[in-house]
Amino acid sequence: MSNRYEMRFAGSGGQGVILASVIMAEAAVIAGLNTVQSQAYGPEARGGVSKAETVVSREKIWYSKVTLPNFLLALTQASLNTYTKTLAEGAVVMMDDSLDCPDYLDKSRVIAIPILRTAKEKVGKAFTANIVAVGAINAALQLFTDEELMEAVKRHIPAGTEEINKTALAAGKELIDPAAAAAFVHRLG
Amino acid sequence: MSKAVLMQGNEAAVEGAIAAGMRIFAGYPITPSTEIAEQSALRLPQVGGRFIQMEDEISSIAAVLGASVAGVKAMTATSGPGFSLMQENLGYGAMAEIPCVIVDVQRAGPSTGLPTSPAQGDYMQARWGTHGDHPVIALSPSSVLETFYLMVRAFNLSEKYRTPVIFLMDEIVGHMREGVELPNPSSLIINHRRPSFHDGANKQCYYVPEGQLVPAMKPFGRGERYNITGLAHDESGFPTNNTQVAGKLVSRLLAKVEEHTDDIVRVEEYAMDDAETAVVCFGGTTRAVMSAILEARAAGKKVGMFRPITVWPFPEQQLKARLPQLKNILMVEHNHGQMLLEVQRVTGGATPVSFLGKVDGTVITPAEILAKLQEMEV
Repeated sequence: MSNRYEMRFAGSGGQGVILASVIMAEAAVIAGLNTVQSQAYGPEARGGVSKAETVVSREKIWYSKVTLPNFLLALTQASLNTYTKTLAEGAVVMMDDSLDCPDYLDKSRVIAIPILRTAKEKVGKAFTANIVAVGAINAALQLFTDEELMEAVKRHIPAGTEEINKTALAAGKELIDPAAAAAFVHRLG
Repeated sequence: MSKAVLMQGNEAAVEGAIAAGMRIFAGYPITPSTEIAEQSALRLPQVGGRFIQMEDEISSIAAVLGASVAGVKAMTATSGPGFSLMQENLGYGAMAEIPCVIVDVQRAGPSTGLPTSPAQGDYMQARWGTHGDHPVIALSPSSVLETFYLMVRAFNLSEKYRTPVIFLMDEIVGHMREGVELPNPSSLIINHRRPSFHDGANKQCYYVPEGQLVPAMKPFGRGERYNITGLAHDESGFPTNNTQVAGKLVSRLLAKVEEHTDDIVRVEEYAMDDAETAVVCFGGTTRAVMSAILEARAAGKKVGMFRPITVWPFPEQQLKARLPQLKNILMVEHNHGQMLLEVQRVTGGATPVSFLGKVDGTVITPAEILAKLQEMEV
């Protein structure tokens, strides 16, 4: 399974982690890669734990779920605490910096950045947090080109919201120091 | 840039249905099938079709049956609780020979159960949910692209045999997204309704020519009036208590499917040529099974996969053909052992059958399947 790259996106229902996962999968399709995207959530429309998964590979993907994620995005303390217990070796954890990082995590593999604050204060809309996150994730992992990612975003946003989403994507990218990102870049096997 | 797009299984079901000619969707939303209603509401008006949200699942299937007899290909979609409500009219559709497609995106039950969690517990309901002896065709896809093509086939079989077809999905495939490149609709083979305007002596609406089993379908509400009923009926469509006529009718309904299993039944096999162990699975479970089999094969184990794509009628002859080479069989499904009963019936005790199932709403993993194979000393 070494050729699989498994990504998990976790937060509270309504934060848009499923859409973040869908956009990463769409970018993979645009880039000509194989991908399977899925999610698990409770019956409630807002609140509750929401978890989404994207598997990317150059090869055919059979099992559709994530077993040991190589990447985790966590936007709430509950999801950070829950999903950092099962991670692949060397997994990258991206968390909102308002959360407490569990002691057992290897800090060199943790990216703690102000995703929620950037969406609210810099972009001006709290609901763009998922797009800010997507921009930051790709700036760190560099799985896709900026064009592929922007096209993926465009396919999943309502008409007329291109500008604010473009701003959110750029704001997310700016949260990652290009020099530090070198340690997180992932090249698919 | 790739031409493929990311698509959900539920969306592919709608695209397949529209490609097959579906122009009416009547339904009542229920997780995890709701995206099928949503997508139908969006897409049908674009192709000259209609979407109707009904007050419940009973009326949903009733509207679908009505649309179909009026000459429009029609579909509904639901999950276990709604599928239960549809059972009486499903039998009506079988008895009155009304083509239509009923999608059941299975979730964990019984009752309202775990609405957002996967299961395959409606396998037997698909066969025996409605009362009385009746024909059933049920198909189950395991990927987003297969959902598209198999849906076209569901409509084709439904028209060909004039019977409701159950499209048995599960939450795994329904809610899964994959990159797909859909075919040009003109490349698909579509069975169009063969309207019948019998003349002369053979005016009767359920007239079946000698040597055939399926009556041509007379459009309802246009031209001649005729009767449609769930009661036993003669070729005129009117009820009868004549036991000979009733017996002949039900036998013919069953024979439509039983005598055409070669045409209806499809299976997928992987690495079965030299397999000594077959893992039997269907629908979304296939994904974990295939991952496990690739690992087992890499470790030199002679394991193959046997997947019914047509889940009803069960691919009896196809499995029987593999029995001489098999030391054992592992049935993997997200229920407490339903297709298992069919596998056991077909093997008749001659081949040991082990079972791996789940009823807790979680997904069976490749590791669990590998552990089970180890326990079986494969």
